[in-house]
Amino acid sequence: MPSLILSRRDLDFLLHEWLDVESLTKRPRFTEHSRETFDAVLDLAEQIATDHFAPHNRTADLNEPRMVDGKVEMIPEVKKALTVFTDAGLMAGSFDEEYGGMQLPHTVGQAVFAWFKAANVGTSAYPFLTMGNARLLLAHGSQEQIDTYVRPELEGRWFGTMALSEPQAGSSLADITTRAVPQDDGTYRLTGNKMWISGGDHELTENIVHLVLAKIPGGPPGVKGISLFIVPKFLVNDDGSLGERNDVVLAGLNHKMGYRGTTNTLLNFGEGVHTPGGQAGAVGYLVGEQHRGLTYMFHMMNEARIGVGVGATVLGYTGYLHALEYARTRTQGRPAAAKDPASKPVPIVEHADVRRMLLTAKSYVEGGMALGLYCARLVDEEQTAENEADRARAHLLLDMLTPIAKAWPSQWGPVADDLAIQVHGGYGYTRDYPVEQFYRDNRLNPIHEGTQGIQSLDLLGRKVVMQGGSGLALLGETITAATARAAGTEWAGFAADIDAAVARMGAVTATLWGAGDPAVTLANSHVYLEAAGHLVVAWLWLEQALATGTADSDFHQGKRQAARFFWRWELPRVHHRFDLLESLDRTVLDTPDRWL
Amino acid sequence: MNIVVLVKQVPDSGSERKLDPADNTVARASADNVINEMDEYAIEEALLVRDREGGEVTVLTVGPDSATDAIRKALSMGADKAVHVVDDAIHGSCAVQTSGVIAAALQQLEYDLVLCGAEATDAQLSVMPALVAERLNIPQLSGARKLTVEGGMAKIERQTDGGYWAVEAPLPAIVSTWDTINEPRYPSFKGIMAAKKKPVETKTLADLGLDAGSVGLANATSKVLDFAGRPPKGEGVKVVDEGDGAQKFVDFLASQKIV
Repeated sequence: MPSLILSRRDLDFLLHEWLDVESLTKRPRFTEHSRETFDAVLDLAEQIATDHFAPHNRTADLNEPRMVDGKVEMIPEVKKALTVFTDAGLMAGSFDEEYGGMQLPHTVGQAVFAWFKAANVGTSAYPFLTMGNARLLLAHGSQEQIDTYVRPELEGRWFGTMALSEPQAGSSLADITTRAVPQDDGTYRLTGNKMWISGGDHELTENIVHLVLAKIPGGPPGVKGISLFIVPKFLVNDDGSLGERNDVVLAGLNHKMGYRGTTNTLLNFGEGVHTPGGQAGAVGYLVGEQHRGLTYMFHMMNEARIGVGVGATVLGYTGYLHALEYARTRTQGRPAAAKDPASKPVPIVEHADVRRMLLTAKSYVEGGMALGLYCARLVDEEQTAENEADRARAHLLLDMLTPIAKAWPSQWGPVADDLAIQVHGGYGYTRDYPVEQFYRDNRLNPIHEGTQGIQSLDLLGRKVVMQGGSGLALLGETITAATARAAGTEWAGFAADIDAAVARMGAVTATLWGAGDPAVTLANSHVYLEAAGHLVVAWLWLEQALATGTADSDFHQGKRQAARFFWRWELPRVHHRFDLLESLDRTVLDTPDRWL
Repeated sequence: MNIVVLVKQVPDSGSERKLDPADNTVARASADNVINEMDEYAIEEALLVRDREGGEVTVLTVGPDSATDAIRKALSMGADKAVHVVDDAIHGSCAVQTSGVIAAALQQLEYDLVLCGAEATDAQLSVMPALVAERLNIPQLSGARKLTVEGGMAKIERQTDGGYWAVEAPLPAIVSTWDTINEPRYPSFKGIMAAKKKPVETKTLADLGLDAGSVGLANATSKVLDFAGRPPKGEGVKVVDEGDGAQKFVDFLASQKIV
């Protein structure tokens, strides 16, 4: 039976029939790879995800981590699964050979890791965070920091975290209050509280490497005064062995709606529970230069945001596959034309409204997967394209697309899960079926790693105006290059509608920024994000439709039908949003809180 | 110690499997082909013996070009090299003919121990170890749940319904393994990359000194004459409980030979 975790057929289509990842093997970084190795590592991911991640997804949901005597207790299946994952070399897979990696293209790496997120998003969060942590240190850490912290992370011996938020400051990092005081020996002592720290404490690994944002006294105010520090749970001796316990302690666990397998913590730094070197204060090591912490963190966050988008997509994807399987086996009711009440009931997939729900979900999750892998391909282009102009172009387009790659799947992936519950009917609302968990798990994605609101401000407030609007222009050029390829095909009408929407987006953007008042411009930024997201995914559906060529298997015909669906049912939604934006609507802006 | 593992590529037992109505042979082209599940245990055992005793593990497979995938998986698990016997004339061969090809290939290799799965999930004949042992005139130890090699002897615990038999034979010998013998390892990412560089020798019937007339569907010792799909699932049995529901339930289970 085909997997209900993800569709390997779809991944193969996206990676090979559309994105042609095999062509990457001509580049120096990937010469050791081939279609064979890509297939083998995807096989491996599917097998381990199926054997070791999916089986405890529900168990972990029902048995949240607990805090006992200051330590975290969790079900043993998590450690076992992560040991298998690490032993197979999957933690290091996309990293450089010199750090034990296999230099897998980022595009394939996203597809590989998608299996684990879809199978068990709670357990997969630990390596997800660790890989992001390691990437940041590789980009901005010193060689000594890389040798000390990154190597054990990629070997799976230590895990990593990202400690940004505080109880009073999440989206607004300018207001963080954690302090880092310089010491004579070049280290820093940190004091403060960090909230919502996933993987912040556990017994899964010997050590935990926290990357912590904090302010050095006397530094500039706001975000320009934020620095980044490595704060290990255990200090590390010169020979790499573990030393004293650092002054960072678990204050409590958050009890969440979903993602329950991931510990989510409140951490206290520098309260004197432990006294490394004989004094209170968490020992921290500055990464890079002072006051540049947020820049470094966002280097990692951009890739993390694509990863979050893929996570939202695949949680919707597995919901869709479960709903499809259910609809094909669950019999109820008869076709509208059936007159005989004694005739056999039919599988519910025979009912048009159930097919509507499934086709809607299919268009969202396959569209989201295309978006995630396209952005991952841009990461590969940005890093390995042969000439500087192509690398710069990929960088700019990726920058432009990142808020969409994070936010669009985070909005529509949960809708796919909502539809999966609806297809199941009452059974979907029970805990006897997994779709309710997928929905709960997925509900985090519009919140973490930058909320939808933050993404919309990033897109409209920064990305479309950066470099004199060159990001927006490049997106437009890229889309219209695709629509040009549709000339003379059955997709010409779809392409024309996309061209019209692109032109509209340019005009609306000009109107918004011509308003003369940033408060008016940005008031409806979320609507702008929604419209831009649907337009981008419509383009990627056109790309997929074109990539099917003349192939006529059920799979390819299904792709084309989903493209038609997105064209006819979803793309028109952008115009209502553009209408609203074009009118510089002030309804929200002019609503005082006392009216709410 | 030189260990050879016999590996077969089969249609995935978890997916729909078909026979080709043109010649009643397994329809491989449309199938999701995988390494025979039981062979993974034999590979793992070979790797364990090699890691204890030293030596090399060679994978031997007879099959079409697509069987390369099964070979690569075995190599990515840690086997050292492979021999792939591929020849269009072999298509449709029966077990007896195939055992002749395997034996001929083994005779061109150095081996102390031959390992294989106790059965393949496609034909489920379970005769290959015995046929190969007979052709090579070496002992076979079948159905192992445990294997030790020492002092020039292979010792196994042969799994039975009620327990096991302790059986031993001098090397060289062929040992077939059940899925109780170990837990096969996953290929590692490093193993996948390393497998690309491991030698895979391709041999034809001519290379083995065999005549095409000794194999193939036309000369097979047994043939599939006809086949039919599984009959559609019938209506379920509805039992009305008139105070004797439990008895009817037991009677039903007994009629199905479940109890």
